[in-house]
Amino acid sequence: MAAIDINNVHKVYAGGVTAVSDVQLQIADGEFIVLVGPSGCGKSTLLRMVAGLETISQGEVKIGSRVVNETEPADRDIAMVFQNYALYPHMTVYNNLAYGLKNRGTPKAEIEARVAEAARMLEITQYLDRRPKQLSGGQRQRVAMGRAIVRKPAAFLFDEPLSNLDAKLRVSMRGEIKRLQRRLGTTSIYVTHDQLEAMTLADRLVVLNGGRVEQIGAPLEVYHAPASTFVASFIGSPAMNLMQGELHGDRLAIGPAILGLNGFAPVSGPVTVGVRAEDLRLARVEEEAMPFRLDYVEELGSQRLIHGTVGDQTLTAAVPAETELAPEMRLAIDPRRLHFFAPETGKRIASAAPAAAASVSIAQPVV
Amino acid sequence: MHRTNLSDHLVLILGSLFLFLPVIVAFMTSTHTAADIHSNGIAITPGGHFFETYEKVLTQKGGFTGEITGARMVMNSLILGIGFAVGKIVLSMMAAYAIVYFRFPMATLAFWVIFTTLLLPLEVRIMPSYQVMSNLGLLNSYTGLIVPLLASATGTFYFRQFFKSVPEELLEAARMDGAGPFKFFFDILVPLSRTMIAAIFIIMFVYGWNQYLWPMLMTTDERFFTLMRGIKSILQVWIGSQIPDYNEAFALAVLAMVPPLLIVVIFQRWFIKGLTESDK
Repeated sequence: MAAIDINNVHKVYAGGVTAVSDVQLQIADGEFIVLVGPSGCGKSTLLRMVAGLETISQGEVKIGSRVVNETEPADRDIAMVFQNYALYPHMTVYNNLAYGLKNRGTPKAEIEARVAEAARMLEITQYLDRRPKQLSGGQRQRVAMGRAIVRKPAAFLFDEPLSNLDAKLRVSMRGEIKRLQRRLGTTSIYVTHDQLEAMTLADRLVVLNGGRVEQIGAPLEVYHAPASTFVASFIGSPAMNLMQGELHGDRLAIGPAILGLNGFAPVSGPVTVGVRAEDLRLARVEEEAMPFRLDYVEELGSQRLIHGTVGDQTLTAAVPAETELAPEMRLAIDPRRLHFFAPETGKRIASAAPAAAASVSIAQPVV
Repeated sequence: MHRTNLSDHLVLILGSLFLFLPVIVAFMTSTHTAADIHSNGIAITPGGHFFETYEKVLTQKGGFTGEITGARMVMNSLILGIGFAVGKIVLSMMAAYAIVYFRFPMATLAFWVIFTTLLLPLEVRIMPSYQVMSNLGLLNSYTGLIVPLLASATGTFYFRQFFKSVPEELLEAARMDGAGPFKFFFDILVPLSRTMIAAIFIIMFVYGWNQYLWPMLMTTDERFFTLMRGIKSILQVWIGSQIPDYNEAFALAVLAMVPPLLIVVIFQRWFIKGLTESDK
């Protein structure tokens, strides 16, 4: 159990490619941090630097009060769960769990006790004599987690542990990882490219792009107040609609549509407007609204996603499943639910009105 | 699934006969007497002298010094074959381990240098090798027979390819689990390479077993004669009206086939696995 400090960490590969640049992250003891971003954003590199599998080009990593830049992975008091499980194929499950402890000279009785405890916790007791090959993907992932648990490390590092599992199993394993982490209270860093996984697991999300931190925050904070167009389009499914618009005083022009903002316009001039699909609704007749030309529909059962255009810009809206569709529709949105970004930098422009969106209370999903 | 029909079987039977017939002829001929063979040529029917011939071959002291028996030659060949196989495996595994898992300057160059020696057959460097062994006073010794041929480009290459196919995460997991270079090698890599080791063992054993030129150069003392040399020396006694011991030569040839055959039969399951399946 320990806090982890990542101070101004850079990773520059031989050849001059910068994989991670100037990452600053303080992780509290027991916190579940998810690093999320597209492929090549440096999230795995950052994790591997904490693990000690990559050298740190610049900056320092502290686990507890100890700077571990030069410490061997085995001496950092951490355990890692790999994407492809990385179980030792020639060892039984028991030996896979026990191997790390044996290497540390743990007394035999204690090894047995710890393995038994971890196996019970992960419900793999009946597989202890089997080889990894004889297990299903989900069971292998449990063993891989078991190998991390038996060590009772200061921190768990997860490197996309669920991406080799099928969709259904992924959801249930996600729940288990969360429950397990709560129960053990071990500081965890979890890398994923799946924003849904990131949202559901994290105490705090770190969104990375091109080796830089785009935003750090609680999942709902990131969801409701994305710091940049990158975060806006990455977090949430379907992705947030981003359209080019222009603010004139209190009025917003998006293509052919002009919307009144009731005093929520933060700046004037061209802006990138972000709209969550679920914030859009069919407009009442008297309302100001955007003319929407329907292109195609995706049925999700509980709701339907309608894809189309406003002027020449694409837009996706999530509407109730029973909504009647027409080739031409009018969509309205509460001005408080609009997000504004600077068109050049993609950075969020703070709302003029108190951050109404962030205060919208949505029940925390119970896990 | 393709259903086998008569023509498939026919092809298989013909193929097996084609491969088996020389062995059968050699075995059958070895059970005739030398005079019989000399007058009637090789035979395909049993000749009824199986036990005498083989007993004689295995136990009769022969050669110029009268010290060497067939059994002794079998033993020498076994020592050579096993020494070769084990030594080559140990050496090439260590070399491949260094090349794949350690970053040192010019590692790639080192590998390619090793690899290009594949192009140099033993015969090319046999004189210098002989000279070195001679100067070291290792002629007529098992050390001299085995050690100079232990470096194996083939083995190093196979093990390198195999190690490269072992997932990187396994190494990382082992590092997390506190396994240093030695532990990783012995606890993880060696057990994983089992099938590969078996495959290389067969290849190298047969290679060592079949060595002819090298033992002939290195040994003048008949106590170190291998089977391959023994066969030759039997046929060399073509003096006056004496009939060469064809039967004994055939018997030795048949004996020479048995151990490699056994090795292949014993290891074949692993052998095939090692060459085809990746057990990871």
